[in-house]
Amino acid sequence: MIVNALALYARYVAASLRAQAQYPASTLMLTAGHCAATAIEILAVYALFARFGPVGGWSFGEAALFYALVNIMFSVADLLTRGFEVFGTEFVRTGAFDRLLLRPRAAALQLAGHEVRLSRLGRLLQGSLVLILSTRLVPIAWDVSTIVTAIWAVAGGVALFAGILVLQATLAFWTVESLEVANVISYGGVQAAQYPLNIYAAWFRRLLTFAVPLACVAYYPVLAVLKRPDPLGAPDWLLPLTPAAGFIFLALAFLAWRAGMARYASSGS
Amino acid sequence: MRAPRPYLAALRARFQLMLQYRTAALAGFATQCWWGGIRIMVFAAFYGANAAAAPISLANAVTYVWLGQALLALMPWLADPEIGQAVRSGAVGYDRLRPLDTYAYWYVRTLGWMLARVMPRAALMVLAAAIVLPCVGLEAWSWRPPTGLAAALLFVPAFVLMVALSASILTLANIVVAASLNERGVNAVLAPLVIVFSGSLLPLDFFPDEARLLLHLQPLAGLVDIPFRIYFADLHGMQAAQGLALQAAWTLVLIGVGRLAMGRMMRRLEMQGG
Repeated sequence: MIVNALALYARYVAASLRAQAQYPASTLMLTAGHCAATAIEILAVYALFARFGPVGGWSFGEAALFYALVNIMFSVADLLTRGFEVFGTEFVRTGAFDRLLLRPRAAALQLAGHEVRLSRLGRLLQGSLVLILSTRLVPIAWDVSTIVTAIWAVAGGVALFAGILVLQATLAFWTVESLEVANVISYGGVQAAQYPLNIYAAWFRRLLTFAVPLACVAYYPVLAVLKRPDPLGAPDWLLPLTPAAGFIFLALAFLAWRAGMARYASSGS
Repeated sequence: MRAPRPYLAALRARFQLMLQYRTAALAGFATQCWWGGIRIMVFAAFYGANAAAAPISLANAVTYVWLGQALLALMPWLADPEIGQAVRSGAVGYDRLRPLDTYAYWYVRTLGWMLARVMPRAALMVLAAAIVLPCVGLEAWSWRPPTGLAAALLFVPAFVLMVALSASILTLANIVVAASLNERGVNAVLAPLVIVFSGSLLPLDFFPDEARLLLHLQPLAGLVDIPFRIYFADLHGMQAAQGLALQAAWTLVLIGVGRLAMGRMMRRLEMQGG
């Protein structure tokens, strides 16, 4: 069943890639544009550190590591969940979701396979470039454990951002529209998590740790990668475990999704 | 452009149409509050570490952020989607038939579009950041009134020129859209340029000092950096006058370039659709 689902997903991806390959120049330009549009924030990070010097015990190179990982996480999640992002506008309001429900496959799988946009690799590209830059600026002892921690953090982050987008889609069962306000959590979350957590006020740190656990997939594991103790006092052994919160968030998001599915009434043709 | 009446009518029609999108305005407002809040917390952290290195005071930086979020819809970073549609459907042909100066017609339509989008958002932001925040004891993070009467009076022409400049850039972008049939390419180039060089991302003086002269002279500075610094009297007297002159000069240049581009584009335009 799972193999079958993966095979089906691979076919969805292949179909979207073939569609985009019909317009190679357009796809390339959109990717470059997305790369430039999402990369400007690093200019702000750089300019602020260049002018003010280190903040909260962080240099530019270390802050760039947060920026890079968050952007990499978000770009992968964004690539995988386009169907959920446009769920309200393109599926619920139009009634197109009924068609998905008639097919003998999970609706979530079909939505995940809806339009895998190559242009989203633009953000992945700029995040990866900043990651390389950051590792040049800061001595990071890359051994098996730090590499595993970094990959685990990215996986947790992808799960978290995917969970946010699933929740955003779930709202559409009630509102029959994609609510742009939910972008505050997805795009706004990226914006907030690009800086190290300890520079924020306490209430905002708690929000980013316990409500939307962005800190668990970015801040704490990065501390573990840099082998630094938490200036806010979280114990060292806990740091590499925190990305699990991303998966818990995703599981909860799917529970909400199920509740939404159960009350779905078609909006008509 | 003889009688102003048809242009005023076009401006009013577009303005009233765009005012209907209330949910979009509310969503935009919520996003801008969040964005502004994060920006301010980041500023506060850097000021806390080394306030002496900052070119403006924290209170002014906070005002700069709120002012920028309130007036975000004035930024020319997205071409008017209706122009792209009109060119693809062939409806742009009607614009050729009207006994009007097409450039002026597109310019006022753009103006109406921007002003209607900015008004509800700005009003809500004034309420939230300039009135509610001080009332709940968060004066330090609130949007302050202009620094003195002179600054307030100078901000009026600065604001008018900011809008005029923005509309001239957007009209030029719309002409490029009409020539290339699609707005996605233009938006991809325009948005990052405007965000960085207008001072939306950071006040231009926060960038490295070597780039300062160039950053202040380029046309996009007149969209955010110049008017906002006039607002809190960081630019005053002669400097403010120079800022206004720069805004006006770039607006005239861009209108001139836009008119030339419009002429060329319309001569080559092929009607789509049937």
